[in-house]
Amino acid sequence: MNRYISLYLLCSLFVISCNKKDDGVVDPGNGYVPTPMSLNIPPLFEEKLIDPLIPTDNPQTVEGVALGRKLFFDPILSADNTQACADCHSPQNAFTDERQFSIGIDGISGDRNSMPLFNIAWNFTEKFFWDGRAPNLEAQILEPVINPIEMHNTWENATASLQARNDYPDLFSKAFGTTTIDKTLVSKAIAQFLRTLISGNSKFDKHLANQASLTPSETNGLAIFLDETKGDCFHCHGNPNSPLWTDNVFHNNGLDEVITDLGLGDFTGDPRDFGLFKSPSLRNLAYTAPYMHDGRFATLDEVINHYSEGLMYSETIDPLMKTIAQGGVNLSEEDKADLKAFLLTLSDPEFINNPDFQDPN
Amino acid sequence: MKKIALLTVMAIVLISCNNDDDTVTITPVNVDFNFTHNWDGTAIANADFETTQYTNTASTVQTISKIVYLISDITFTAADGTVYDAGDYNLVNARQETGLTFTPNIQIPPGVYNVSFTFGFDDEDNIDGAYNDLNATSEGPWGVPMPLGGGYHYMRLEGKYLDDTSTEVGYAYHTVRANDMTMTPLLLQDTSFVVNLGQVTVGSNTNVEIKMNVAEWFNPWDLPALHAMLMPNFDAQVSMSQNGLDVFRLGTVTQ
Ligand code: HEC
Ligand code: HEC
Repeated sequence: MNRYISLYLLCSLFVISCNKKDDGVVDPGNGYVPTPMSLNIPPLFEEKLIDPLIPTDNPQTVEGVALGRKLFFDPILSADNTQACADCHSPQNAFTDERQFSIGIDGISGDRNSMPLFNIAWNFTEKFFWDGRAPNLEAQILEPVINPIEMHNTWENATASLQARNDYPDLFSKAFGTTTIDKTLVSKAIAQFLRTLISGNSKFDKHLANQASLTPSETNGLAIFLDETKGDCFHCHGNPNSPLWTDNVFHNNGLDEVITDLGLGDFTGDPRDFGLFKSPSLRNLAYTAPYMHDGRFATLDEVINHYSEGLMYSETIDPLMKTIAQGGVNLSEEDKADLKAFLLTLSDPEFINNPDFQDPN
Repeated sequence: MKKIALLTVMAIVLISCNNDDDTVTITPVNVDFNFTHNWDGTAIANADFETTQYTNTASTVQTISKIVYLISDITFTAADGTVYDAGDYNLVNARQETGLTFTPNIQIPPGVYNVSFTFGFDDEDNIDGAYNDLNATSEGPWGVPMPLGGGYHYMRLEGKYLDDTSTEVGYAYHTVRANDMTMTPLLLQDTSFVVNLGQVTVGSNTNVEIKMNVAEWFNPWDLPALHAMLMPNFDAQVSMSQNGLDVFRLGTVTQ
């Protein structure tokens, strides 16, 4: 038996040493280690959800987050130095854009509404954008910089600009142990910052923690949200035990009879995915208008009217969309008002005003 | 490559060590399960979702877009009455192809067992909000709202059927604990059920197939009358649970 164990140990030593040689980890060679930083996880998330996703090759560090935050608010990543990520992802709008379509540096607008950014590390499906075309956050961040209708830069140019500044090489060195800036490190730093954008202190969260109470209207609104015969919103947008308030899954929620933007189907090519978009979180709706992938609804009233009486049939419509021939379940005006009151309890003023999330430049 | 060669050498060395140490004690084993889905014997593949039309016993034409369900408490009962149950659970998603294989976290002595499992959670396990990996899954939140008694879904089976004007209408055949909100206090009835797969011989490397015949969920079923809002429908839940008793079968057992 002893022989067995020692042989095993010996073997594993061999395996470990073999592994080390093959390791892909960049070793700056100076033994520098940035300061580890844990995410500020709300107690409710801790209690109800599994651990957030943090890639092993991009751990959260104090220096990485600080660098990512500076980059996020710095127009240096755009071709003509005029546009930062934050221009289309503003803290006051829960990191989305109040314009229906954001406008890139060349004055051209896209055809999708910007997306709010929070609780990203709990996107367990790890599909980003309305159509899910980015397979993880680090990959997503590589896109806007070179998107011709957004920051319209090249990565060669963007990294050269950063390299030429007197502050950035030192900040990259502090975050990653190297002064050589490349796009991978830029995306890693910004991803670290984005993962700190956590929203978990809305009135409804406080209500669950017995620190606030809902009005009768808000209480009834929750009941409608959870009632299969009325709102039936919970299958896709969550419930009090699922505090992300989204499933991060793709659906056709009946916006159009004729689908023009193929959404997920544009990316997968599968006709069954035509017109499917990622369900957004219902947190922070007070700050994230306009709504839907194309920002077609300016107000929450319009959104609720859509689900109540505006549903349109198309082939890929989600089976959960009911009584489509009547446009929906036709909620009473009072139920609509209550549903809206409940939805607004999911907004989190502390999140948009958090000093750690504002422009550091 | 060098690494692989080294590992192979080690493995050989380890195996020979094992042979040296041979004793008569029986090594407990894990048993693997895999889940397959069919409509009256015709396998349901990814390409069939939303496209293949099936005709149920009520002659209603329907498609399937989603089959997601929870099973728990896979139980091995030996001839002498000894019971082995890891008490764990597995969420199967036939279309996303996740949870299609599952190994209960328990090792049992090789031998002949009666194998059973619970469809859904029985009341003892159906604790509201208690399972973090089910509160947010790759299929979305799996919970049942508190006004319906809380706990978790057993199954979400969704798709579309053709009504009498050949118009596609969505159905959401969701099974949960039966509940009647019109009663105070809320009336609840455990509609999870135990599926008895029969006898399985467990060896050192056993894989058990569990087959779901989706057609049986609709045998009989009146989809035009019962296609939505089934969660708060007490009688519908009881009927679905009864239909479920004929849904699962033991498939191929490999050693
Ligand atoms: C010109 C406006 C604009 C700029 C600049 C911009 N974005 Fe975006 N962002 C958008 C739009 C529009 C979408 C949705 C696009 C889509 O789905 O096709 C989006 C989506 C995203 C998403 C996906 C969120 C999710 O939940 O799937 C992330 C993350 C993101 N942007 C981060 C960034 C970062 C980081 C930068 C800076 C490097 C940046 N954006 C710059 C407009 C912009
Ligand atoms: C079948 C899943 C599903 C159900 C059920 C559902 N939604 Fe949605 N919801 C979505 C999807 C998908 C989108 C994005 C659609 C798009 O932009 O094309 C969305 C978008 C929204 C938005 C816009 C958010 C934003 O930031 O743009 C709101 C608000 C909303 N839903 C509220 C509700 C309410 C209230 C209910 C219940 C009455 C409900 N939803 C039911 C899937 C669903």
